[in-house]
Amino acid sequence: MKTEMTRRTFLQKSSLVVAAAVCSSEICLLNISPARGQTGGTFKPHAFVEIAADDTVTVWLGQTNLGQGTHTGISMVVAEELDADWKNVQAKMALAAEPFKNPYWNAQLTGGSTSIRHRWDMLRSAGAAARQMLLEAAARQWDMGAEKCSTEKGRVIHPDGRSLRYGQLVAAAARLPVPENPPLKKPKDYRIIGSARDRLDIPDKVAGRTKYGIDMAVPGMCIAVVARRPRFGAVPESYDAQAAKGVKGVVEVLPMADKIAVCAETTYAAIQGRAKLNIKWSEGTDPQLDNTKLEKLFAEHLQKPGAVAQSTGDASKALAGADVTLEGSYAFPYLAHAALEPINCTAHVEKDCCRIWVPTQGQTAAQLSAAAITGLPIEKIDLMTTPAGGGFGLRGETDPVADAVTISKALNRPVKVMWTREDDFANDYFRPGSVSRVEAGLDEQGHITGWSQKVAAPSILSRIMPQHVKEGIDSTSVQGISDMVYTIAKRQVEYVMMELPIPVGFWRSVGYSTTTYMVETFMDELAGAAGKDPVEFRLAHLEKDSRPYRTLKLLAEKSGWGDRPVQGRTRGIALGSCFGSSAGHVAEISVDRQSGRVTVHKLICAVDCGPAVYPDAIVAQMEGAAVMALSTAFNEKVHFSGGGVKTANYGTYPLLTMSAVPEVEVHIADSIHTIGGIGEPGVPTVAPAVANAIFTTTGIMLRELPFNLDMLRQAGS
Amino acid sequence: MISLHVNGKKHEVDVAPDTPLLWVLRDNLGITSVKYACGIALCGVCTVLLDGEAVRSCSISVDYVLDGKIITVEGLPEDHPVKVAWIEKQVPQCGYCQPGIMLQTVDFLQRQPNPSKEQINAAMDDVLCRCGSHPRIKKAIEMAAEMTTK
Repeated sequence: MKTEMTRRTFLQKSSLVVAAAVCSSEICLLNISPARGQTGGTFKPHAFVEIAADDTVTVWLGQTNLGQGTHTGISMVVAEELDADWKNVQAKMALAAEPFKNPYWNAQLTGGSTSIRHRWDMLRSAGAAARQMLLEAAARQWDMGAEKCSTEKGRVIHPDGRSLRYGQLVAAAARLPVPENPPLKKPKDYRIIGSARDRLDIPDKVAGRTKYGIDMAVPGMCIAVVARRPRFGAVPESYDAQAAKGVKGVVEVLPMADKIAVCAETTYAAIQGRAKLNIKWSEGTDPQLDNTKLEKLFAEHLQKPGAVAQSTGDASKALAGADVTLEGSYAFPYLAHAALEPINCTAHVEKDCCRIWVPTQGQTAAQLSAAAITGLPIEKIDLMTTPAGGGFGLRGETDPVADAVTISKALNRPVKVMWTREDDFANDYFRPGSVSRVEAGLDEQGHITGWSQKVAAPSILSRIMPQHVKEGIDSTSVQGISDMVYTIAKRQVEYVMMELPIPVGFWRSVGYSTTTYMVETFMDELAGAAGKDPVEFRLAHLEKDSRPYRTLKLLAEKSGWGDRPVQGRTRGIALGSCFGSSAGHVAEISVDRQSGRVTVHKLICAVDCGPAVYPDAIVAQMEGAAVMALSTAFNEKVHFSGGGVKTANYGTYPLLTMSAVPEVEVHIADSIHTIGGIGEPGVPTVAPAVANAIFTTTGIMLRELPFNLDMLRQAGS
Repeated sequence: MISLHVNGKKHEVDVAPDTPLLWVLRDNLGITSVKYACGIALCGVCTVLLDGEAVRSCSISVDYVLDGKIITVEGLPEDHPVKVAWIEKQVPQCGYCQPGIMLQTVDFLQRQPNPSKEQINAAMDDVLCRCGSHPRIKKAIEMAAEMTTK
């Protein structure tokens, strides 16, 4: 229902011409999307597609290029229904605008693995509508019914074999009305969707031509590096502006509410200037806060009664009557996003308009932030999204936009706000740490009778979307448990919300990054107690032929689960569903019991995302997710001390590197299900697959991340 | 004024001699393929070739390179085996780290034209990529090596 509504209304909505904001300055550094501007001599039925007389098809995009391959994937969907010649297709980022809002969420953003799945009908219709108009234009020229003509590779074909190129039809097609409900292709007729294509952005990235946000250079711009609190809640009490201004190139020292900006002609001068500020900071919220205190606080909160997030059947009665009960306690660290491109934003505030160039995942939020600071209406905030050097959730935050706009307004010139790496770690909105306790029971047949779990964690939504926090429940803290793939009738899930001064936010796969680990390792412990094979045990608790059921079957088959692993290696498996897709991993590992060292030799991944639009990008996302998830399993933990963030650079936040990266094999399901997301579902099942393999070979289940490998060292060896 | 040789061209820049080469390349010369990420030579994204050797431009000052010839990724020909392999294997995701990693690969393959998997792991164990393009980097290095030695 919702989908149909979305499909019908968007074309009309996106055809509305929005008046282009006219700035006094003549800077035009990036594409001005015709979604906002004038077009001349091209056919542009709506915001998404523009066809030129030379046959060039431009797909205008509102989704951020974080490296996921969606610019190519979206273009493939549009080009498919347009019946375009792929070699003429280019993808261009548009200025932020109404038509690019997520049709389900009413905001333009790139998150939740939604870039394609939430636009599946819309993008297909966008291409199909343009195709229908070109078809009609040609048919009129030939004085015949459009139903007699067909399209193929950028041409309209006459029944007698004559044809007209799309480029020849742009003027005529532009005069026709946009059809509201154009017919869509049958999947069996796809020739672009599901095919092997080279990513459109890769040649520029390899050549070094891609301009990321950090590379922006606007004439007259200065660079601002900002001193921010070393401890949560601290504000500057005194500082030495003169010393900073004494650095050659520093043009201004600007105190802001709880921070101080040093603006300079070059990045290096700004960094040097900031170092001279000699700021005395106030004590802050809790100067004693460190990892030890945090551990204690987490443990205490887990003892408190939780708000009931889910209660189906009488779980405690089921546990009391179980043949066997098992329990486990878990702890997860705070994680940093640690994208290689540090956070940045360039802004130029003028009297009547504000221009922003930023690698943001949240265009609408950024525009609203700038509108609030400048007092300008949102239509006057021209926001160009640059390619981003990684995102993973942090780039949805608006802090850099607010800073750049505030400073540009104060200085009356363009400003690029730059975070250093140390700023990036100290000012992250971290993946929250969490602790949990779970208890489950088995009946005599080895079937799960009840599952009771409590999670204590800080809340992400309380800050970002407080309206979605109801009766003390932040759904992101218990997702993966409350919507676990297994059919366990009697289930109780509780949540204890923790309030700590550490900012938390969305991090690739959000709550599933911890909850799936618990569910999937506990499933292996339960399988062990039931004396069952982990795959058989899972299948017995899955709805037959459901998406996760089929994913697990595929994974078991492709990994050769029933066969013996290579001598000296053991295997572990894990399964999950999130963001509309199911994914699972088999890890092949070996453990050196003398050192405790674990080697991951190979990861085999199966994923069911419904229609696989761009298979190679799906493989790339699964590979990347595997590496990132392994990095969190073995290496990653943010450290806190003295009331602030202690982790300052990659030296104390060591990302997984080449020698620890295993072979990753990806199998995409030939799916019968609806379209799902791809950016996030590859993350959650990697660490539990590895942990389950370790459990199989050592009998030790690691219940904390990152892994404490000392636990695997055999006593006496 | 300090003069620099970058990608076959001579440039004059007015900077303090202790300025890190990275910022001179980026801010003064506008060569933005040379990236900033850690600033302390841990990640490798700022790598350039100095007289053919991979160096981390964030951690050497501009006066150290006065007589040297600097190559950035723009200075590699389009048909360079490393560039060809990087496209063929569809390596980049966000792509931010890739110019530095490609240049380190060029240096590595000059010294070790026919590397084993273990040698690739060892030589590339000190570069960072958050997207996890590692499996494809390994394949691209193997392909570039094959192209070079053919």
